[in-house]
Amino acid sequence: MYKYDEIDQRLVDERVAQYRDQTRRYLAGELSEEEFRPLRLQNGLYIQRHAPMLRIAVPYGMLSSKQLHKLADITHKYDRNYGHFSTRQNLQLNWPKLEEIPDILAELATVEMHAIQTSGNCIRNITTDQFAGVAPDEVVDPRAMAEVMRQWSTFHPEFALLPRKFKIAVSGTKEDRAVVQMHDVGMEFYLDGNKKVAIKVWVGGGLGRTPILGAVIREHLEWQHALTYCEAIIRVYNLHGRRDNSYKARIKILVKALGIDEFRSQVEAEWAHLKDAPNTITEAELARVAKHFEAMPYAALPAHDASFDAAIASNPAFANWAKRSLHAHKTAGYRAVTLSLKPHGKAPGDATSEQMHVVADLAEQYSFGELRVSHEQNLILADVKLSDLFAVWEKARANGLATPNIGLLTDIICCPGGDFCSLANAKSIPIAEAIQMQFDNLDYLHDIGDIELNISGCMNACGHHHIGHIGILGVDKDGSEWYQVSIGGSQGNNASIGSVIGPSFSAEEMPAVVQKLIDVYIKERTPEELFIDTARRLGVAPFKAYVYAKDEVVA
Amino acid sequence: MSQLIKLNDNVAHIAENEWAVVQLPPSLVEARKQAGKVVLFKLTGEKTVSEEQLSGTVIPESGKVIVPLSVFIARKTQLQSRINAGEIGVWVDTHEVLADLALHQADLNQLPIIAVHVERFADGRNFTLGVLLRTRYGFKNELRAIGDVLRDQLFFLKRSGFNSYLIRADRNAEEAMLSLKDFSAPYQGAVDEPRPAFVRYNRTA
Repeated sequence: MYKYDEIDQRLVDERVAQYRDQTRRYLAGELSEEEFRPLRLQNGLYIQRHAPMLRIAVPYGMLSSKQLHKLADITHKYDRNYGHFSTRQNLQLNWPKLEEIPDILAELATVEMHAIQTSGNCIRNITTDQFAGVAPDEVVDPRAMAEVMRQWSTFHPEFALLPRKFKIAVSGTKEDRAVVQMHDVGMEFYLDGNKKVAIKVWVGGGLGRTPILGAVIREHLEWQHALTYCEAIIRVYNLHGRRDNSYKARIKILVKALGIDEFRSQVEAEWAHLKDAPNTITEAELARVAKHFEAMPYAALPAHDASFDAAIASNPAFANWAKRSLHAHKTAGYRAVTLSLKPHGKAPGDATSEQMHVVADLAEQYSFGELRVSHEQNLILADVKLSDLFAVWEKARANGLATPNIGLLTDIICCPGGDFCSLANAKSIPIAEAIQMQFDNLDYLHDIGDIELNISGCMNACGHHHIGHIGILGVDKDGSEWYQVSIGGSQGNNASIGSVIGPSFSAEEMPAVVQKLIDVYIKERTPEELFIDTARRLGVAPFKAYVYAKDEVVA
Repeated sequence: MSQLIKLNDNVAHIAENEWAVVQLPPSLVEARKQAGKVVLFKLTGEKTVSEEQLSGTVIPESGKVIVPLSVFIARKTQLQSRINAGEIGVWVDTHEVLADLALHQADLNQLPIIAVHVERFADGRNFTLGVLLRTRYGFKNELRAIGDVLRDQLFFLKRSGFNSYLIRADRNAEEAMLSLKDFSAPYQGAVDEPRPAFVRYNRTA
């Protein structure tokens, strides 16, 4: 993965000093609450219900063992011994002290980490596929470009105070796993007719209050122009995006107001001036960064391993886990492994300090010292030998990291919700936990099969509820917490936004509501159908009818 | 003490403010200049400033003055001799359109100063306006940030082409000056240094 040089290190060190002074001035009363707000937000610091929340950047989801050990130490020293991995592949601390944030940043800087632009109205952490570099369907490894874009976006002076947050995702696979259509800008890398790396650029997608799939603004962009083209897009947005109403300030609203054709022509007019400007990426720079993402020194292995096959045959628990948690790898004899942060009855995405140390050790011992965070809020060891999988499983299982539910109903994507977040309308974690307990039966879960259930505690949609096969949204009605349910949303190439099935439910009703949705699916499915297929084929009606049917009075 | 910071050859210093800013008289109708509606103004040609405001703006008879863009455009003939004498600058609001200025003043460098007024410091349109004035319109003279100008935006203002900053009256300009040096080796090319780090430094080591 990318290693800092002197330039990178100097920048994060100077950032620590800058933020330390900003905090000092705030505490001394030299900065008002309102003035400090964007400063702390651009450093990932929210003021929450119980304490500030600090969001630490994990650029495009990649971590080294050393970094994860440090994060474990930080959560131990400055927080309550755990952290929360978010849907933007970042790590959130729920209980840090405002005065200690500069010290946390200083510790992060020692392992080439920071919290720059993890919140606020600026370009946020750039996300990508958690299997980048190892996925068999990968056409272009997007990580080098993601790093080039990370550097470009860091403290970009022109875009320091945008109308609203700005999220970019990059992807280089046949099957999109980075949800590029749901981002302010999505970049899909591919090889064009001349076998050159090109980018299909999407703009104006997003979740939140007004979920919209992005539109294609440019089918073919040579990779060298990625930065200048983004500058053209964001410049038009910076000047013309709404600033009078934060609910209507995302780029998607501007794109919709102008229409994609008018927006495109304004961007192209701007880009005519910016094209070939000095921010054009050079071959040398891409090569320098790409060196950090070269293939690991893999051993030459056969496609099968006898010890692995034997363990699968003799140990059903291991076989169950392997079925859900292993992913194909470019290299023969290797697998990518998802470690579940979704044990039933615990907050999705949370990891204790001890678990972080365990995962860091596993990565060190079995996966070249690196790991990834997925936007589904799990941890990935990307490069494990078949012959090591049993040992990885045993250690993961002993530490609560091997729930065999990856991709199943209880692998719930969930925001921190009303327990922690001051934006939330309703709690989300207790709903996730209750649903996990309702379906705490592995055979049944496997029978239900692949399904995505996403929960957000408010319109901001951190839990990506719109693109869940089942989506749950916390809403506030007259001061009490209710939950709106949608079905038929999906990520991937065939992305779609779910349809609301009807009036919302109380928290207590939610496990039974999900149960009824599953019952309809089980009853109606054809042998090859997943939940999403049945939901798409039948539409909302049969689900709605069953969920809202009056309970029959038993005589 | 003066609230004005000026940058000469990348060296910042506190300077005397020679320029008076001319304000529009308050409008009787509710101001409709919120962001986002600009697009609408452009499409409909709706004016943000009334005729009464334009004719009622009091411009001092002598001395160096920075006038609002709308007044500059409306009363340019009247101001022409003072423009020739280098006594007139122009200030724009963040919702205003630079093309309007360029349309009425072909040679921007006839103006010794252009100021961008930011009503709320969190409004980042001033950065783009600075960039455009420098790179698109070739403005070479003093570019000043006025209004809600605070220390923690100075580094970005500098990189966006501003070389003059009128710090909000209740803040210490001397201290604010320090933040112009928050970062010594920024990554991306911008107005003050168009070459990105990967061009400026040999990073292949």
